[in-house]
Amino acid sequence: MVNERVMEKLAILADAAKYDVSCASGQSKRENKNKGIGDSSGYGICHAYTEDGRCVSLLKILLTNHCIFDCAYCVSRKSNDVKRAAFTVQEVVDLTIGFYRRNYIEGLFLSSGIFDNPDYTMERLVRIAKKLRLEENFNGYIHLKAIPGASDELLKQAGMYADRLSVNVEMPTEQSLKLLAPDKNHIDVIKPMEYLKNEIIGYKEEKKLNYKTPLFAPAGQSTQMVIGATKENDMEILGMANYFYEKMNMRRVYYSGYVPISYDHRLPAIGTPVPMIRENRLYQADWLIRFYGFNVNEIVGFDQPNLDLDIDPKLGWALRNLHQFPVDVNTADLELIKRIPGIGFLSAKKIVAARNFKKLQAQDLQKLGIAYSRAKYFLAFATPFQLQKDFTSNQIKDHILNTQKSKYKNDFSNQLALF
Amino acid sequence: MTQVIYDGTYEGWLTAVFEIYEYKLHDVVFSKKELSGGLLFSNKHLVTTDESKAKRVLDGLKKHLSKEGFQSVYCAFLSELEQIEEILFQFVKYVFSSPVNVEQDYGNTIILDVRKASNLTTKESHRMKAFVRFKLTKDDLYYAIVEPDCDVLPLIERHFKRRYADQRWLIYDAKRKYGVYYDLENTSTVQLQFDSHLNSSKFLAEIFDEDEEFFQNLWRRYFSSVNIESRKNMKLHVQHMPKRYWKNLIEKIPDIKK
Repeated sequence: MVNERVMEKLAILADAAKYDVSCASGQSKRENKNKGIGDSSGYGICHAYTEDGRCVSLLKILLTNHCIFDCAYCVSRKSNDVKRAAFTVQEVVDLTIGFYRRNYIEGLFLSSGIFDNPDYTMERLVRIAKKLRLEENFNGYIHLKAIPGASDELLKQAGMYADRLSVNVEMPTEQSLKLLAPDKNHIDVIKPMEYLKNEIIGYKEEKKLNYKTPLFAPAGQSTQMVIGATKENDMEILGMANYFYEKMNMRRVYYSGYVPISYDHRLPAIGTPVPMIRENRLYQADWLIRFYGFNVNEIVGFDQPNLDLDIDPKLGWALRNLHQFPVDVNTADLELIKRIPGIGFLSAKKIVAARNFKKLQAQDLQKLGIAYSRAKYFLAFATPFQLQKDFTSNQIKDHILNTQKSKYKNDFSNQLALF
Repeated sequence: MTQVIYDGTYEGWLTAVFEIYEYKLHDVVFSKKELSGGLLFSNKHLVTTDESKAKRVLDGLKKHLSKEGFQSVYCAFLSELEQIEEILFQFVKYVFSSPVNVEQDYGNTIILDVRKASNLTTKESHRMKAFVRFKLTKDDLYYAIVEPDCDVLPLIERHFKRRYADQRWLIYDAKRKYGVYYDLENTSTVQLQFDSHLNSSKFLAEIFDEDEEFFQNLWRRYFSSVNIESRKNMKLHVQHMPKRYWKNLIEKIPDIKK
């Protein structure tokens, strides 16, 4: 194990895996048993953060970056001239255990280029997970990629050992996938998702009746879309995400701003900035749908197919729906309070608890930690409500943009300076 | 003004709270040892930690608070923030004086202050679950040094015991000079003196397992390989991994041989 070649392989195969953004390591139910190693029954832990600010929770590697496919957006595509490497099964097991015991990681995120054929590749991934569980008594987190085109039998085995499985849809629409990944088939992506969905639900139901039923992918499945590589608008992207949440029981949909890595004319040129603001806005919209009770067509629609870049989607919604405001926080329902810009999920709950003790005033809210400078345009208190009502949406937006310091402020002033 | 001197432990502070009621003390200031400027205080009250008194205060708190509220008192105490003892005493007074549970009265400054202190501790205890970096010694002990702002070892002990049930480990708080040791059966608190300047390569070779250095280098290599240069965002990086923790994080310490 201790040799320079392993070191080199790790560099190559970690580098190739880093564009997959999923880093979740929570939501599993796997407890330490028989004094083994590891436990993933709690919430996930981010053990480190890279200089780009992303969480490092799992040892995220490819088994190999040899690949028979030629997907234009992928750094490991067949036609790309990069160093190739492949781990042995034992090397991945030793790395995972060595890192886990030192508390570097929560577990393993294993993906792979497709060598030979999907089943051959999937069989290797499953073998690693199996070895970790059965031979090492490892109860840490395992996230396996389900290789599109792999047999149901292998997917089933994967579910027996992994905490989470994922199939990446890669592109928000079928046309884009066809354009950029001619070897990949949309149906090959959807089919395993559907299979996994049914198995996960089936095992869960059975577990309710018989507690001895083994775990099957207890942390569910997730998927990822590359955004900004193709021409889809946010409505199409969020529509697709919504479909995954509602129809596939996805735990998470990840949005990965395209990092230019190719001179392919079908893609944004190298040097094009990564669409980080757009990615951020998509995640915010995703949160609104999952935790704030918003419907996707309240956030984007045919009249407004793209999210605003300069303001967050919740503020955008509020400005389009001023007739719903002001809201009196002392009487309104929790659901409505959650919709006030500047008040998050937790603050809304605190407000609803605190108003049992006294009528809340502006200064109470400020102390509670809400973004009052934004919320104030949408609030009413017991005292007469004046001033704010007369503002138009545009005026409120200007006020907010002028008084708050956005982390993206530079991006916008740069763009303006070009003209 | 009365100076209430206790031994610095949670039980000691709870005993002090009991005695403040018992002896009807007013205008109290807590201190962990007798202050030299003793003239400032007209009275001194020396507390001897008493388990049964401490328990009575805890039982009272249990009755008036939810499980989370009860735990938050302990967490706030562990924050070791300046004047946290006085703030917590105000909190206790408010809790005991009210017939209903007041822990969610977020319009009240004292409630908010205790919540803030408690959050500070729980946040750091979560961080320490992440930032502990074990090193393997020749005699199969995984040991780590931490220097947290809050006294979080009591809060993270269980997590590590459950997770690393089959390895001996020691987590040492270099700031407070004590550690938690797990012997494959139980955890215990240990006091020991560590020489903190042990990061020399000679020392590494002497006490560490022969693969230890290789794994540290693998981890460093992994950490730099997963970074995406075109997305660099140091502000976010430092926000998540504040610099004060760097000296005990392997990935932030350059390889000593290079």
